[in-house]
Amino acid sequence: MNLKPVLTASVFAFTGTAVFAEKTEIEFWHAMGGRLGEVVNEIANDFNNSQDNYALTPVFKGTYEETLTAGIAAFRAGEQPNILQVFDAGAATIIGAKGAVVPAQDLLVDNGVAFDSNDYISGVRNFYADTEGKMVGMPFNSSTPILYFNEDALNKAGVSAPKTWEEFAAVTAPALKAAGYTPLSQSHLPWIFTENFFSRHNLQFATNANGYEGAAGTEILINNDAIKAHFSAVKDWVDAGLFGYYGTGWTDNQKPFEGGEVAMWLGSSGSFGGLSKTVEFPFSATYLPYWESVTTEPTNTFIGGAALFAMEGQPAEEDKATAEFFKFLTSAETQYYWHKETGYVPITNAAYELAKSDGHYDRAPAAETGILQLTQPSGEWTKGYRMGFYVQIRDVMNREYGKILSGEKSVDDAFATIEADANKLLARFAKTQGGS
Amino acid sequence: MKRVQFSRPLFPYLLLIPQLSIILVFFYWPAAEAIRSSFYLEDPFGFGSTFVGLDNYRDVVTGSEYAKIARFTLLFTALVAFFSLSIALLLAVKADTVLKGAKSYRILLMWVYAIAPPVAGLMGILLFDQRLGPITHLAALFGWDLKLGVDYFDTAAAMVICSVWIQIPINFIFFLAGLQSVPRSVREAALIDNPNGLSRFFSVTFPLLAPTAFFLLIINITYALFDTFGIIDLLQKGEPGNNPMTLVYKVFIDGFRGNDLGGSSAQSVILMILVAGLTVFQFRYMERRVHYN
Repeated sequence: MNLKPVLTASVFAFTGTAVFAEKTEIEFWHAMGGRLGEVVNEIANDFNNSQDNYALTPVFKGTYEETLTAGIAAFRAGEQPNILQVFDAGAATIIGAKGAVVPAQDLLVDNGVAFDSNDYISGVRNFYADTEGKMVGMPFNSSTPILYFNEDALNKAGVSAPKTWEEFAAVTAPALKAAGYTPLSQSHLPWIFTENFFSRHNLQFATNANGYEGAAGTEILINNDAIKAHFSAVKDWVDAGLFGYYGTGWTDNQKPFEGGEVAMWLGSSGSFGGLSKTVEFPFSATYLPYWESVTTEPTNTFIGGAALFAMEGQPAEEDKATAEFFKFLTSAETQYYWHKETGYVPITNAAYELAKSDGHYDRAPAAETGILQLTQPSGEWTKGYRMGFYVQIRDVMNREYGKILSGEKSVDDAFATIEADANKLLARFAKTQGGS
Repeated sequence: MKRVQFSRPLFPYLLLIPQLSIILVFFYWPAAEAIRSSFYLEDPFGFGSTFVGLDNYRDVVTGSEYAKIARFTLLFTALVAFFSLSIALLLAVKADTVLKGAKSYRILLMWVYAIAPPVAGLMGILLFDQRLGPITHLAALFGWDLKLGVDYFDTAAAMVICSVWIQIPINFIFFLAGLQSVPRSVREAALIDNPNGLSRFFSVTFPLLAPTAFFLLIINITYALFDTFGIIDLLQKGEPGNNPMTLVYKVFIDGFRGNDLGGSSAQSVILMILVAGLTVFQFRYMERRVHYN
């Protein structure tokens, strides 16, 4: 029943890679499935064809959680890949493990690649950085939650996409319901309605500067009236047929939108590329709504998605290859291609400028929504969060939100439970870091 | 019984080594590791770790959901074992009396056994899909708004149905073999004494099946506790949310998904103790009531 030997054993299956004569081989483990995975492979091919010294092999490892676990198991067995993609919720785990990764900034500078964090757009710069602002993870697929809407549905109902939740509740949702639609669904309650709720309204999410100042003593500040009012409203909307909740599965909530039953959907800006291929009606996107009763000056959301981490313990020439790949990846051309094909935001200002000058947003205005939202005015609490065992904390949130929406638990009780369970997990995580 | 003597006393131990080493490597060593790490809180990457004594156990059993998950596990196990055994027994009894085309019926009934649990889970997802699933549509005809993954009860029902479905064939095979080993003379004698089929079954056939049934009961309990994992993982789509889960699935969620090695190890040690207790109970108290030939 122990996990470690099983993890270790599973790693043996992944270690056999072909070795070519003179090229330095590096491996990149990622969680990009479907169309995203195809684009990753294309970028890897482009990198391999762009020079003669290095060969990058991308390997798909499943979901974000599975990829992180595979990376951890590999690291413990001394068989780690050169590059591991780790998602937002896993950031505290990998950054907290001192000695697991070479900070991206150090890697680039040590290998003679010019680096200036100001080249990166503001919403992206901080999330995977340490307390001093040094970039530890190289932001890769950066997304943010935005509101997609079916233009036909909104026209039929005679409304426009809501800017605020007040507008949604009073105007948009009733009109859409009258027009025969389920007005809204969303795909990730912890990410969209919790983490980004705090960022959009510039509310503090955790002590220790949202957790960035270290794991010891970090406590979540989720038991807050604004978010409780939000979930009370969501529950009312569910009861009134103004909101469709289809469970925790991402696609379960996306499909009714794609099928035209749900008029608006809160998803990732990274969903844009996929939606453009699957959806048959005209659609567009706008910002994540906010509560006017909470703030009249909504702030930026923070990035979701994932970053690339250079794993510690690799030979110098492989680290050099990793640095070269990071350089290639963050070039304006590669970023623009990635952005255009997937909908993830371009992470550098140069790539954003290139997209603009190429007329990408004239052709697809909705593609700009994510980056515009990320570059909205920032506030004290909008650069991100850093909490350990956060995957479990998200599971706790999903569990309690499910209870709220099914009527099993009151909003107050559910949030009290989330607070208690999350703080217990945070205290436990602090102990794994050697603190007490 | 004849006692076999080896001329060289060490030779039998040599023969045992392959088997023992497999048990050591794949059972005792991991089990010892699990016990060790259940007393630590360890950074997943293996850098920091803190000895916390019994804290992991305390946190597990006082967790807000643990009791609920344990209760669900018991109920789930009971339901899966009961339905997969009783349906298989019914099918076996009926198949035993079929004369024409008996082989085809039997093969059709055993066929499902070739389906791996994850595949069963995938089929479950398709059958119970919220928008397109035929079972969802069927339930809607009866006014049941079945929502897999949203409603606790509905997800539990889907988990039980898929787990039972995949387990029926193996039970069927064993019951059928058991039925066919009941001597014809006994059956014919019973037929003369008691014309009532149902009461004849319970007073004559079923007691003769008891060794098979007892064996299957253990197999089915173990199956429901541990092997339904793939089905549960697929039906929950890896995101448990407010869906029911079993104790074993929670070990996986906390360990593999949440990277909480200490907490997850403590849970697996608790499970080890439970299984040991269950085994002792089964063989001491239940086997007494079973008569082997």
